[in-house]
Amino acid sequence: MIKKIFVPIDTTAIALGSNVVAEIFENALKENGSDIQLIRNGSRGMFWLEPLIEFENNNGRFSFKNVVPSDVLPIMQLLEADDFENLATGNEKFLGNTKEIEYLQNQSRLSFSKAGIGDPLCLENYTALGGFKGLKKALGMKPQEIVDEVKNSGLRGRGGAAFPTGIKWQTVLDTKHPKKYVVCNADEGDSGTFADRLLMESDPYQLIEGMIIAGAAVGSDQGYIYLRSEYPYAHKTLNTAISKCYAEGFLGKNMLGSNISFDLEVRLGAGAYICGEETSLLESLEGKRGMVRSKPPLPAIEGLFGCPTVVNNVLTLGAISIILGQGATFYQDFGTGRSRGTLPVQLAGNIKRGGLIEVPFGVTLKEIVEGFGNGTHSGRPIKAIQVGGPLGAFVPKQQWDTPLDYEAFSAIGAMIGHGGIVVFDETANMFDQARFAMEFCEIESCGKCTPCRIGSTRGMEVLDKIGLQQDVDSNLILLEELCDTMENASLCAMGGMTPFPVKSALELYKEDFTS
Amino acid sequence: MNYKAEILDIVRDHIDMEGSLLPILHAIMDRLNFIPEEAISLLAKKLNLSSAEVSGVISFYHDFRKERVGSHKVQICRSEACQAMGSRDLEKHVKTSLGIDYGESTKDQLIYLEPVYCLGNCACSPSVRIDDDIHARVTPDSFDNLISDIKLSKTRDEDLAR
Ligand SMILES: Cc1cc2nc3c(=O)[nH]c(=O)nc-3n(C[C@H](O)[C@H](O)[C@H](O)COP(=O)(O)O)c2cc1C
Ligand code: SF4
Ligand code: FES
Repeated sequence: MIKKIFVPIDTTAIALGSNVVAEIFENALKENGSDIQLIRNGSRGMFWLEPLIEFENNNGRFSFKNVVPSDVLPIMQLLEADDFENLATGNEKFLGNTKEIEYLQNQSRLSFSKAGIGDPLCLENYTALGGFKGLKKALGMKPQEIVDEVKNSGLRGRGGAAFPTGIKWQTVLDTKHPKKYVVCNADEGDSGTFADRLLMESDPYQLIEGMIIAGAAVGSDQGYIYLRSEYPYAHKTLNTAISKCYAEGFLGKNMLGSNISFDLEVRLGAGAYICGEETSLLESLEGKRGMVRSKPPLPAIEGLFGCPTVVNNVLTLGAISIILGQGATFYQDFGTGRSRGTLPVQLAGNIKRGGLIEVPFGVTLKEIVEGFGNGTHSGRPIKAIQVGGPLGAFVPKQQWDTPLDYEAFSAIGAMIGHGGIVVFDETANMFDQARFAMEFCEIESCGKCTPCRIGSTRGMEVLDKIGLQQDVDSNLILLEELCDTMENASLCAMGGMTPFPVKSALELYKEDFTS
Repeated sequence: MNYKAEILDIVRDHIDMEGSLLPILHAIMDRLNFIPEEAISLLAKKLNLSSAEVSGVISFYHDFRKERVGSHKVQICRSEACQAMGSRDLEKHVKTSLGIDYGESTKDQLIYLEPVYCLGNCACSPSVRIDDDIHARVTPDSFDNLISDIKLSKTRDEDLAR
């Protein structure tokens, strides 16, 4: 007898039809007068299998992949049987026990251990799966002890720059300012990334817990989540999660009877990539144009409204609840070199098995792209992979044995960034991708400095000439010079790193530029 | 048209927030589908800013517009992961089949077309957003079906209104 049916409610599952499937199951159950419970769970991030619908009986949870409305009736007929999993074996969409799916088994899920298990908004479920353990510990610790725990974990920021989180928190803790802020960077603008979104939609309390702990550690009573407006479902989920936390005393004055108070609010971005850069984000939160600020001062000293501010990525804050809950040693036992813990990798683009893969640092690109990804979606050979978002370089096949490790990546002139990997098959034209990199910079530049604002426009013009095969040799030299200027003279990484994909495309796929 | 009362309503609801300008502009967009000229001086006065500052914020962000546009916002993802799955071709199809370019609305004011740079659905590209719904693995055919659905529901609404 099946007791529960799980139909995911995350963006990608919905975009592939999960809401329609849920409705059909619901109606069929009602018609049968069945007392089987239908639960809208988060996603496990195996997006190529979505909608991945799970069925729970006394023997475990079993899943069907890519369920469409016409699959519902045949599945309904199996629900009353005692041996659901045996009867289902004949169905080509049946995957068996979810736990035994290789893609999941080969991961080390710490931050995403709860994603996809139950209703993301159910606080009882969150607590039953170990949620708020970190917060409860933190409430019994001194601020310095919390910061030390974060330092000992070796956690580095997951937003891109990989700055040690404990050191950032120490700076904010050490300031004497009466007002401090904790800001979560949920602007996730990089193409090919969705880990922040998945965490916010599938396990929002983990982020909230991390932010409360951050507040307790540095002495802040006000947090903001700056969320990009491109994530309408995450917006709804976070707002509901926050009101539930207020209702249950996890947010607000004297949280859980302690002397700690923390208020939290979601603020929407307005479609500007540059607002992912932390100082631009702070300007935007203040209600201004998202112009990048010169540093110093660091946001940790003078951040939001001039007050000391912790700015951390969603995944960084998500990891905090794991680190406090399970201990710094547990967390830092994963990883390699100075890259400790796990990295949620996002496999995207032209890939057969795209999705979220949480692995310890040290796993190679090859294991990700070939092992997990299993080649392209189109079935054609892979031509290029871009790692680390629109400012990341293309990484050639000879370098796919590079381990995921911040230092190893910078040694080959690449970056891990927020962990996005975009795969292109052989039909991709890398000249077009280089031109797009310049175009994107032109569209999204905040306009504060000339090398970025003017350089990207010039870059497009020069590339257009190359595209028309006009004076290719001299224009290629011009392009290189332009890239050098942008790299060396831009205020932030928008202008400073746009040359990376351009130069690596030129270096690796020159034939696309000259024919 | 005079939007003063509506704008003042929105301002009143948000004025106590820190850094309230963006939430106010979002609320005006949600309510009116654009930011009317008169909002600028009104907001400047209420928030103690110059009109130039308010205008500057509106022009900085892609989400804010000063012109009224078609009632359904259709966004095509132009970012890399979607390009790797054929969004450039999809984009061409969309523009031809709707007969408009980015930043334009159809003649019947039903649809407004915009580019978007990633919807976080990059493992199942190409992605399209229509109002608050996101669609995965969109093909030219499935796109046309989505547009037909919008047209159908408009006709239905009109019939109901009659
Ligand atoms: C152009 C640009 C875009 C960025 N976009 C994001 C983003 O979308 N999300 C994010 O967390 N960090 C982004 N960053 C990095 C932030 O500036 C900052 O380093 C980060 O929020 C710090 O948090 P962390 O230490 O937890 O990584 C971006 C940086 C640049 C230069
Ligand atoms: S590099 Fe570009 S985005 Fe960064 S500050 Fe300069 S103009 Fe702004
Ligand atoms: S690149 Fe199109 S959804 Fe992310």
